[in-house]
Amino acid sequence: MTESRGPQAEKAPQAEKAPQAENAPSPGNAPEAEKAPPADEHARVEAQARKPVARPGPLARLGEARHLGLLAALALLVVVGLVTRPENFATASNLVSILSLAATIGVITVGMTFVIIGGGIDLSVGSIMALASVWATTLATQSYGPFVMIVCAVLVGAGAGLVNGLLISYGRMVPFIATLAMFVAARGLAERMSDRKTQLVQQDNQMIVELSTTRVLGLPLLVFVFALVVAAGWVLLNRTTFGRRTYAVGGNPEAARLAGIDVRRHTVLLYALSGLCCGIAAVLIMARTTTGSSTHGQLYELDAIAAVIIGGTLLAGGRGTIMGSILGLLIFTLITNLFILNGLNTSDQLIAKGLIIVVAVLLQRRGLESRT
Amino acid sequence: MSADAPLLLMRGIVKQFPGVRALDGVDLEVRRGEVHCLLGQNGAGKSTLIKILSGAHQPDEGAIVFDGDEVRLASPTAAIRQGISTIYQELDLVDGLSVAENIFLGHERARFGFVRSAEANRATRELLARLGHPEIRPSVEVGRLSPAAKQVVSMARALSHDTRLIIMDEPSAALAHDEVANLFRIVRELTAEGVAVVYISHRLEEIREIGDRVTVLKDGRAAAVGLPAKSTPTSEIVSLMTGRNVEYVFPPRRPRRESGPEVLRVEGLTVPGVFADVSFTVGAGEIVGLAGLVGSGRSEIIEAVYGARRASGAVILEGRPVRRGGTATTVRLGMGLAPEERKAQALLLDQSVAHNITLAGLGGYSRLGWIDRRGEGARARDLIETLDIRPGDPDRPIRTLSGGNQQKAVLARWLVGTRRLLLLDEPTRGVDVGARAELYAVIRKLADEGIGVLLVSSEVPEVLGLADRVLVVREGRIIHRADARDLDEGRVLDMIMEGSAL
Repeated sequence: MTESRGPQAEKAPQAEKAPQAENAPSPGNAPEAEKAPPADEHARVEAQARKPVARPGPLARLGEARHLGLLAALALLVVVGLVTRPENFATASNLVSILSLAATIGVITVGMTFVIIGGGIDLSVGSIMALASVWATTLATQSYGPFVMIVCAVLVGAGAGLVNGLLISYGRMVPFIATLAMFVAARGLAERMSDRKTQLVQQDNQMIVELSTTRVLGLPLLVFVFALVVAAGWVLLNRTTFGRRTYAVGGNPEAARLAGIDVRRHTVLLYALSGLCCGIAAVLIMARTTTGSSTHGQLYELDAIAAVIIGGTLLAGGRGTIMGSILGLLIFTLITNLFILNGLNTSDQLIAKGLIIVVAVLLQRRGLESRT
Repeated sequence: MSADAPLLLMRGIVKQFPGVRALDGVDLEVRRGEVHCLLGQNGAGKSTLIKILSGAHQPDEGAIVFDGDEVRLASPTAAIRQGISTIYQELDLVDGLSVAENIFLGHERARFGFVRSAEANRATRELLARLGHPEIRPSVEVGRLSPAAKQVVSMARALSHDTRLIIMDEPSAALAHDEVANLFRIVRELTAEGVAVVYISHRLEEIREIGDRVTVLKDGRAAAVGLPAKSTPTSEIVSLMTGRNVEYVFPPRRPRRESGPEVLRVEGLTVPGVFADVSFTVGAGEIVGLAGLVGSGRSEIIEAVYGARRASGAVILEGRPVRRGGTATTVRLGMGLAPEERKAQALLLDQSVAHNITLAGLGGYSRLGWIDRRGEGARARDLIETLDIRPGDPDRPIRTLSGGNQQKAVLARWLVGTRRLLLLDEPTRGVDVGARAELYAVIRKLADEGIGVLLVSSEVPEVLGLADRVLVVREGRIIHRADARDLDEGRVLDMIMEGSAL
């Protein structure tokens, strides 16, 4: 009953091709289908498996429409700005202030997008940025000049992120807890180093401040830094093995491990990358405020996570885009800007942001359900 | 309603999953106070049937009559409300809660929302005493109990509802011998009170001892309904379980010959408590099959070889010992695994077919981490065509493919780059018959190209039909080795169920 049947084996796959192609056995094929019931069965099942096939066309478009939805929301906010504050909103200075505001959190958001797509969360970004800004503006560091300050900020950020990653990967801590610990401890260390004083960027190191004062094409340099980080993040996520593996590690860590991916090492790298972005953000905030301070970056983690989620990245990991996150962030920044321009209460602004998170996630859930 | 009418009647139950018809018109009749055994090989449809009965799945067609009324079991809660309780194979208790809290989970003894612990504890003591286990304290945390005690708690939970039918899915799997005796005593007491039990087990001896009648499932159909459990000959039961309406189509083997150079040598591989002292070899171009029951250690052996599970002993690939460095090392050295749970362990369901295929071999299509997308896409399209994955669109999300085509994509993953050894764990699970034939052909073709294949399957005919050599595994040991052509299904079944087959 189990011996091989050579000729049949050859025939079966071919026999079913005919019904498969037309989705129904034509009269001419009927006798052959009878001879090989397995093939017929296969064709039937295949035909069924095929039915949902027609759908992904519009559904894939729906997936892209998620970005369209974000763009529409952004456009709506622009219209609101033009209507309510025609004289202030569409000015160059307002555009610059929106983009400068977005740049700092934006850089952090890029790192956060990687961490969340990889199935994690990083609560410590704001604190790490504060620590990096303080470390880079100590008198000792400043004495070596602006370049060392920049390198210092980036290294401190990446180092703190590395500690997060090691705790999570090899210490087997839950990301929420490990980064919560860093969230508290990094700010404490920043306070300790600065003695809770705001540290000014010295005259000799004005090059840092020039990142925000020098303009190219009407935009401050730090906006270009932001754009560069976004572009690099996009390339890393979409064009490299690192990015592909990030999706795999977040979408199905077990499958990733069994496919030979070193999931632990990859996780360490993800958090280090997030920390690195915090270091870059620290440079930007030093440029914008001309200070390093342990009070920098408070609640940045929430803004960054909210931007990523609004942008359509799944908090469970495995799915998401850099562009979505950036659009989400711009929506948030634009709301802040509109509220300020219209002289409205900041409390209302928070309520509006909360509502936007809820609405965005509800809409995405509907999109997801229609897929499955 | 007369007393001798059956308690439960299931008629023409059909359940279709994407790509597979799990149940194809199954009937089941359970009387009051009887132990009704459900037998069948893996994939015969047992678990689907009990999931329908417990309200976890909805049937596509068919009727369920319980206690004279046609019922719709829309959810597990609805089933429990009807008086149908299920004790699952993996006990579904909350480790952090106490025994009493577990038993009354979801129907807490409470007034105005406040839990009345004293009353719950008293009721728990009564239930446990009725089950012959007064020594289990209601306030102790479930996580600290032994597996046998946990089972008693599960049973107490079933009884805490007004239960008239209890489904037990392999209740003895986690139990030692004397604990099984206690389980049977409880079952007898329950049936004496008129409660019916649907009992699922692989162990024939248990079915002889405790069962009244047997329903045998095979390929999603009932092969026999209501056989007497004590008097039906084993040979008849085995042939009902194994005889097939549809014969599998296996590709021709190459003639008997010396196998090629040795690809894999495993020596004294041991994972304490799971399997011990496992040694074997796989030659180039050879398919070696591991036959054994679920829980015999066969999947764990494969995982240990692959470096996905810590083990002592030696794994030697092409003459070089494999340093224990996890899967990243073994994949780099040329191993590949198609794991047992395709969706949970192999696929990135949100990703495209192409990305799933190239996941493990990305290194070959990238330079300094930069992916050569043209090369990658071309290779994916190439493999989709070679393995005839349908529909042949590399950018389609893999979740929309049928089980057979998903499995082909998993195989394709290991054809990117050079492979020396493929480990296949249940490669045709959830795959329909026609696609199986294609998978068999693909696997044989890979072997003919010189790859060594180590195959695990619950389905004995599959192992016998596809493998060149067969290793029979029971309770963590290899108990028999033979050329596949020198074995037949009955003999292998006897060996893997030995001690249970009469």
